Amino acid sequence: MSATGIGASVRRKEDFRFITGKGHYTDDISRPGQTYAYFLRSPHAHAKIKRIDKAAAEKMPGVLGVLDGAEMQADKIGNLICGWMIHSKDGSPMKMAPHPALAVGKVCYVGDPVVVVVAETLAQAKDAAEKVVVDYEELPAVVDCAKAKGATQIHEVASDNVIFDWHLGDKAKTDAAFASAKHITKLDIYNNRLAPNAIEPRAAIGEYDTGSESFTLWNTSQNPHVARLVIAAFVGMAPENKLRVIAPDVGGGFGSKIFIYNEEVVALWASKRVGRPVKWTAERSESFLNDAHGRDHATHAEMAFDADGKILGLRAHTVANLGAYMSTFSSSVPTYLYATLLSGQYAIPQIYCEVDAVYTNTAPVDAYRGAGRPEAAFVVERLMEVAARELGVDPADLRRRNFVKSFPHQTPVIMAYDTGDFDASLKKAMELADYKNFGKRKREAERRGKLRGIGFSAYIEACGIAPSQAVGSLGAGVGLWESAEVRVNPTGSVEVLTGSHAHGQGHETTFAQLVSERLGIPIESISIVHGDTDKVQFGMGTYGSRSGAVGMSAIVKALDKVEAKAKKVAAHMMEAAEGDIEFKDGTFTVAGTDKSAAWGDVALNAYIAHKFSGQELEPGLKEGAFYDPANFTFPAGCHICEVEVDPTTGETEIVNWSAVDDFGVVINPMIVEGQVHGGVAQGIGQAMIEHAIYDDNGQPVTGSFMDYAMPRAHNLPSFKVGMTMTKCPSNPLGMKGCGEAGAIAAPAAVINAITDAIGTENIAMPANAATVWAAIQKTQPRAAAE
Amino acid sequence: MYAFEIHRPTTVRQAVNLLAKNPEAKLLAGGHSLVPVMKMRLASPSALIDLSKVEGLAGVEVGSRSVTIGAMTRHRDVARSPELHQVMPALASVPDSIGDPHVRNRGTIGGSIANNDPNADYPAACLGLGATIITNKRKIPADEYFQGMFDTALEPDEIITKVSFPIAKKAGYEKFKHPASGFALVGVFVSKRSSEIRVAVTGAGANGVFRATVFEEALKKRFHPKSLDGVTLSTDEMNSDIHAGKDYRAHLVGVMARRALAKAVAG
Amino acid sequence: MPTVSMTVNGKPVSANVDARTLLVQFLRENLRLTGTHVGCDTSQCGACVVHVDGVALKSCTTFAWQVEGANVTTIEGLANGDKLHPMQEAFRENHGLQCGFCTPGMIMSAVEMVWRKGSDLDEQTIREELDGNLCRCTGYHNIVKAIHAGARAMAGDRGPAQQAAE
Repeated sequence: MSATGIGASVRRKEDFRFITGKGHYTDDISRPGQTYAYFLRSPHAHAKIKRIDKAAAEKMPGVLGVLDGAEMQADKIGNLICGWMIHSKDGSPMKMAPHPALAVGKVCYVGDPVVVVVAETLAQAKDAAEKVVVDYEELPAVVDCAKAKGATQIHEVASDNVIFDWHLGDKAKTDAAFASAKHITKLDIYNNRLAPNAIEPRAAIGEYDTGSESFTLWNTSQNPHVARLVIAAFVGMAPENKLRVIAPDVGGGFGSKIFIYNEEVVALWASKRVGRPVKWTAERSESFLNDAHGRDHATHAEMAFDADGKILGLRAHTVANLGAYMSTFSSSVPTYLYATLLSGQYAIPQIYCEVDAVYTNTAPVDAYRGAGRPEAAFVVERLMEVAARELGVDPADLRRRNFVKSFPHQTPVIMAYDTGDFDASLKKAMELADYKNFGKRKREAERRGKLRGIGFSAYIEACGIAPSQAVGSLGAGVGLWESAEVRVNPTGSVEVLTGSHAHGQGHETTFAQLVSERLGIPIESISIVHGDTDKVQFGMGTYGSRSGAVGMSAIVKALDKVEAKAKKVAAHMMEAAEGDIEFKDGTFTVAGTDKSAAWGDVALNAYIAHKFSGQELEPGLKEGAFYDPANFTFPAGCHICEVEVDPTTGETEIVNWSAVDDFGVVINPMIVEGQVHGGVAQGIGQAMIEHAIYDDNGQPVTGSFMDYAMPRAHNLPSFKVGMTMTKCPSNPLGMKGCGEAGAIAAPAAVINAITDAIGTENIAMPANAATVWAAIQKTQPRAAAE
Repeated sequence: MYAFEIHRPTTVRQAVNLLAKNPEAKLLAGGHSLVPVMKMRLASPSALIDLSKVEGLAGVEVGSRSVTIGAMTRHRDVARSPELHQVMPALASVPDSIGDPHVRNRGTIGGSIANNDPNADYPAACLGLGATIITNKRKIPADEYFQGMFDTALEPDEIITKVSFPIAKKAGYEKFKHPASGFALVGVFVSKRSSEIRVAVTGAGANGVFRATVFEEALKKRFHPKSLDGVTLSTDEMNSDIHAGKDYRAHLVGVMARRALAKAVAG
Repeated sequence: MPTVSMTVNGKPVSANVDARTLLVQFLRENLRLTGTHVGCDTSQCGACVVHVDGVALKSCTTFAWQVEGANVTTIEGLANGDKLHPMQEAFRENHGLQCGFCTPGMIMSAVEMVWRKGSDLDEQTIREELDGNLCRCTGYHNIVKAIHAGARAMAGDRGPAQQAAE
């Protein structure tokens, strides 16, 4: 292993600009002649728009435009779309309601954008927005997903508010498995709604150039090419070649910056309308209203066991709240990203899952770190823990008894696990957690009046999203390959253009490590170019823990081609046969001779082209590749959470977190561990404090950091992180992906630990102090009476 | 934010005159409650009268029987006063639990009690020690000063100049933080000064800071956590929201009171 | 419109600004110092923390005119020429940042934390003192590590406010 190659904890190349305040985020950009947009949003969860009076606003100082949805429609700007088709059990397609970027005729959630005001300054835009008069006729609001079916109709296309009723697996065989069961564990679960809250709020600058009749959009996107495709092909803003999307430094995403949102579409359209660049930056209160939320599933799940504690089957019924409109990939989350993982790490012969997706008068819900997989892991790992307690078996033992042990393993729910060693990660996690001495620690805590508990979560996820053919057959509107172009300069330095796009993951470092290892050049000589549709060939972006397994695999393919071409050049230079050229550590040699040529010399020769005929060999050294994965990848591991509960207040402290993950081959352990820390923190946040709440009228109650509890440093422990490794067989680097693991593993581990501590079967998320205290009142009346 | 004028008086008299002339004006102390609501356009003062240049409003003075804190004394400076730590660490611990370090670097005692946020910490200390709020006009006992959430006895042209706290030998403050904002979900300040026993509660009440008289009565026998055994607060006057229901708040008042008492009797 | 004058990162600056101009807007828009960020509107996230006369404050909750005449240091002014501040070095060395958006506020808060609390900081103190800074990427694990190391490297530096008080 070299100091900067694969496996080295190289310090990040991007850090210098971030620690010196020289990063370039969207809001840092100022365009000449820039104007400011402010959105007037619906104050009602559900209402008809009877009249919009803009006259007074238009006369306000500095105002350049007061624009609404009707004008947008008149300009033939189309609706936002959901790009993943799901069919109901009866074969009918999902019921996608029109989603205009500015409301037309009705509003469907608090925060739904109605009018945009563009002015010279933001203060002027806000002043003018106060003069816009919108007459609403309020309608009853639908908030709770469990009660949405058949409640007040929200969209014409969905008479009972059901978007689809979908299923996966064999119902008859699963029911038969349950009929023969010795024991059945049942659980009702609500997977709480979350606000993503990347610390950088979303932002967009739209600019129209009348000379070239083309648009430029700067935005906070995880996938600028997909944004361009949707805004060109579906919204119809401009032909794809007349729209450039640039996502500069992006300050965290967690899924919420995958989607194509109202504001960026409106900023583009308005820039043409007012003839000036239009900038919009979300205030945090707007982020709470309009960034796609995560989770919000209500599930009833059951697991059947035989007399030996072997799982016979699992069945689940889930109601998924997709909010007021279908966001870009919303339909995939509670279906193919969820039910396909319900086998967990276990050999389960039969699984059947039904999912009803419903509209409600709340913000759209879409992928949030983990996207469907945390919900699946929570169902499986909560069931396992409760079953172990009911069966009187050690929870580790019950898991071990049911682990998948031979690979490949075909589950009953599509996925074919390629490799893994679940025993190994469980064992290592138990060592890290000092499981065998837990009893001692529990007794010691008891003496201090505290309740200790321990909880496992042996999760699996499907990443490396995804084989295009496979996802195409499941309804995806796009292929999920990735692209790369490796450009070698005449001096031997290298630019890698990638369709992946970092928003904190450190691609500028890890991708350069791969190139450094392959070409034997220092990482300082390698630049990673991403996030600009004019520079980079089409790409699919960063989400679903895919940029290593898919994005880097594309770079490997391009590097293979570069190396092959460079060998040809070297053969001409050294007057040797191409087959005799060997390349190692940045030097080309001729087998069996002492002839050699340095990387830089070969690069230069490729461009000056003096040593070969241009008819025989093209000058230059630049190669591109598209990599389409052969399979999903299956990161898996075991997290163990140990908590101490203060029964007098319900306060819960995480006293020990042990995470052991199998991510396959790891490029930069420092960065990978950082991804685990961050994911676990978000999972703990979901389990213990975070909850996006609407009241019965659909008014958001948690609209700021004053009411939405974010994990702070003092809410969290330091984490013990370990790794095991089984190499992924389906991609050239053997990588599986690490970005979401923590968020997938953590919630079940926390809830298993808390319920263990307080001796209750179930507790709702977030299990905050108030909830835990209330649960203790039911189970341990004596402890509570301090 | 709506437009406003700026005034930067250098004396209390100037500030009072400005306030009298501009009924829609607001005094600006640390600004950490006022500026956020102005940003959200929930407050629209015609003018801000900045008190930071007014002389003589900041400082902690420790006397033989009382501690006097200037209205513009920042939380950070109260928390770090060695003299205050000497005579009454319980009071010094109050500003140290407010907000976060940046808020403590800017926020002031005068701003806090003028605002009288129902979840703020200082009102509990004032009521729990029987402080006197001193203004340009008069001296107001804490028992008369706090009149419900965001409501005080202050008149429109009245400015708090300092707060005087009697020194209590036995005192303690304990706070259960709001999971999101860090304000007091429940905060209890207890004190005993000769025969006067006070238990003041912030965060929990449906109508702002209040004295828990049932606890005070129970503590008359013995100023000790054990005296509260079996004594409970009625849930009727408790606040209830998504973070804590009435019963949980009432329960927490008891827990925090016992913990504050434990500190008070240990100290 | 009031005129505001102050020293920012060692340079005197002066401008006529609307009274409503917050310090963070003055820095970002007037001076184009975009390293100071805005992550919320309720003074909670701490992405906007700068030093004013050696004291860390939230520049989103402070009007530009309130710091008239003061010495303001932003993340851009923390390094000594080409030499990074030890806390900046510590964040890089310990992977104390991912997306980088909260980082300027984190580092400015961390430096002042050391000035107030000394250079030998235990984990609990660091975590409590980070109450005013939100990070969504790192789970704080490596931020805590970075501050611990950065504090040690700052030993002896007691900060301008402390020095002025003595």
